Amino acid sequence: MPMHAEDIVRLIQEGIPGAEVEIQDLAGDGDHYAATVISAVFAGKSKIQQHQMVYGALGGRMGGVLHALKLTTMAQRP
Amino acid sequence: MSEPQVFERIRDEIGKNDVLLFMKGTPVFPQCGFSAAVVDVLSQLGVKFHGVNILVDPELRQGIKEFSQWPTIPQLYVKGEFVGGCDIVREMFETGELEQVMKEKGVALATAA
Repeated sequence: MPMHAEDIVRLIQEGIPGAEVEIQDLAGDGDHYAATVISAVFAGKSKIQQHQMVYGALGGRMGGVLHALKLTTMAQRP
Repeated sequence: MSEPQVFERIRDEIGKNDVLLFMKGTPVFPQCGFSAAVVDVLSQLGVKFHGVNILVDPELRQGIKEFSQWPTIPQLYVKGEFVGGCDIVREMFETGELEQVMKEKGVALATAA
């Protein structure tokens, strides 16, 4: 079952309070998204740790109901 | 809590192969766009790697996600260290960081000059 973009944003922001989340529905099918997550908590963390934090916020949905989420994380806007 | 038996196999594979890609399909015939993208990056870098097809091994497919604490496939390991999945590997390739990591870890690159 596909996920709604708003649900993905809500889950990420619940898990990482204050995060800015931009989301794009890549294929228009509610199943292939790209997300950019910007949060100061990422500062000083490796990319792997940053992505793991987002996956953690999604609570096991990644790789399950959420098939494809192209993820970009950054500590501040470029 | 005892760890899953499959972790032993995963460690063995990681120990045996300097550059190891857990993927869907094989390097010659990837069966997922994300796995294909990482194969493409490694080929462009001229890195020799070993591919493990998790589609034919359900135990490994679940086990590697827990082992790396990473929910998706592909997963790239270099000299025993988890480097990342498709997005990170692609991003590192574009910034030149991946080539640097390979060099720092002493992995041979056969990039055309």
